[in-house]
Amino acid sequence: MDISRRGFLKLSAGSLGAGLVGGLGFDLTQAHARVRELKIAKAKVTKSICPYCSVSCGILAYSLSDGAMNVKDRIIHIEGNPDDPINRGTLCPKGATLRDFVNAPDRLTKPLYRPAGSSEWKEISWDEAIEKFARWVKDTRDRTFVHKDRAGRIVNRCDSIIWAVGSPLGNEEGWLMVKIGIALGLSARETQATI
Amino acid sequence: MSTLTTGGTVGLGVRRLSATKEPDTSIKSYPELAILVDISACIGCKACEAACQQWHDLTPPIMTPEEVVRRKIAGYQSHPDLRPDLFMLMRFNEVETSKGFAWLITKYQCMHCREPGCLIACPAPGAVIQYQNGVVDFDHSKCIGCKMCLVGCPFDVPRYDTNNKPWKCNFCIDRVEAGLEPACVKTCPTNCLTFGLKEDMVEKGKKIVEGLKKRGYENATLYDPPGVNGTGYIYVLPHGDHVKDYNLPENPSVDASIGLWKGPLKTIGSIALWGALIGAFLQLILWGPIKVLGGKEEKREEG
Repeated sequence: MDISRRGFLKLSAGSLGAGLVGGLGFDLTQAHARVRELKIAKAKVTKSICPYCSVSCGILAYSLSDGAMNVKDRIIHIEGNPDDPINRGTLCPKGATLRDFVNAPDRLTKPLYRPAGSSEWKEISWDEAIEKFARWVKDTRDRTFVHKDRAGRIVNRCDSIIWAVGSPLGNEEGWLMVKIGIALGLSARETQATI
Repeated sequence: MSTLTTGGTVGLGVRRLSATKEPDTSIKSYPELAILVDISACIGCKACEAACQQWHDLTPPIMTPEEVVRRKIAGYQSHPDLRPDLFMLMRFNEVETSKGFAWLITKYQCMHCREPGCLIACPAPGAVIQYQNGVVDFDHSKCIGCKMCLVGCPFDVPRYDTNNKPWKCNFCIDRVEAGLEPACVKTCPTNCLTFGLKEDMVEKGKKIVEGLKKRGYENATLYDPPGVNGTGYIYVLPHGDHVKDYNLPENPSVDASIGLWKGPLKTIGSIALWGALIGAFLQLILWGPIKVLGGKEEKREEG
């Protein structure tokens, strides 16, 4: 076989090209296990209670922050608390989506007040709200308090107010709420935590 | 706890990669993991679906009532089908069985076959990974977007985003590696989902099936299809004679044509391709380009 100089150059270029193509086509680099990072690995865990129903499931809220003064915690994930005897780590669909509930842009974080006859809600401070609330409770109770029923028995009750308290209350808070309810003479007392 | 498996190995090893020879050189023995879905205990609350979306940060669009009517799907289902941003879906079906009217619920997501059709069909090296614990995962940086995984999948699972990259349940592999259970298992309020070693799950499933049979469900079965060498999600079906109505294939298996296409045909094809290329090169170098009779002589420099 007689190969000229030109032919030799062509053969060299051809082998180089074939080598490059072969190298691209048959990648022999060792593959290794690749795993997504656990997103709650560096998160701070806060125990809390689901606010929805009377079962009061325990939850773990994972937030990203070191707690410094100038930052605000951001909740990145919420799941059930396995140490809670009520749900032992499980959550219903509403509880499982609590993160979106906490971070919802239209979530109420301040008391709103709509005066009678107005169509606009306006923000008021907590002090103002509590004062208004106390005033209405006192006025309503004074107006509708029943000392004696029709048969003349002393009953000392107020039937025009219903007293319902939320599920995340503990024993002591529940006791306090019942005490206040009895002191006001309310017979329609209910708490979500009665199950 | 079974004594057969050495369940002590933590962490992940790779068992198989797509379009790659056996990559694992580990001498460790890894436990096989599985989730048992006890449909007889499912109340269809869709907490697993919600937890899945929360963990994977998925926000599929909410179906409006008008869309539900237009698509004519049962109102219990949150979406008509899986989406790239919806890794699992609770499917509902109402059928007449031998026991009367029944409401069939299925947890529909990637089944994590031990013989994964997607991995066998995938031509991109390393784009589909099967870990030693049996979990099948996608590596999107290596995916070429050819959609062969859907062709290979006997359960019709992968869904593609706008870049043609497939998305599916990944068994919460990040949680599993860290020693946690997948998000759907953790949240299930009725103990319908349980997570553990595959043989323990099979054993538990068989016990539940026996119990169901005693209670009058003669057709109750454990769904762990042998055609794909078992799956990572195994189901207790109370109405075992209505597998199709549970939206599950009765005898799923990897299509034989895919094995042929990926095996002998691929070798023959590459031999033919490279033979033609090398032949053309040799012809050009040793004898020069073909001269057409009566035509102009071609430039030899362009070889």
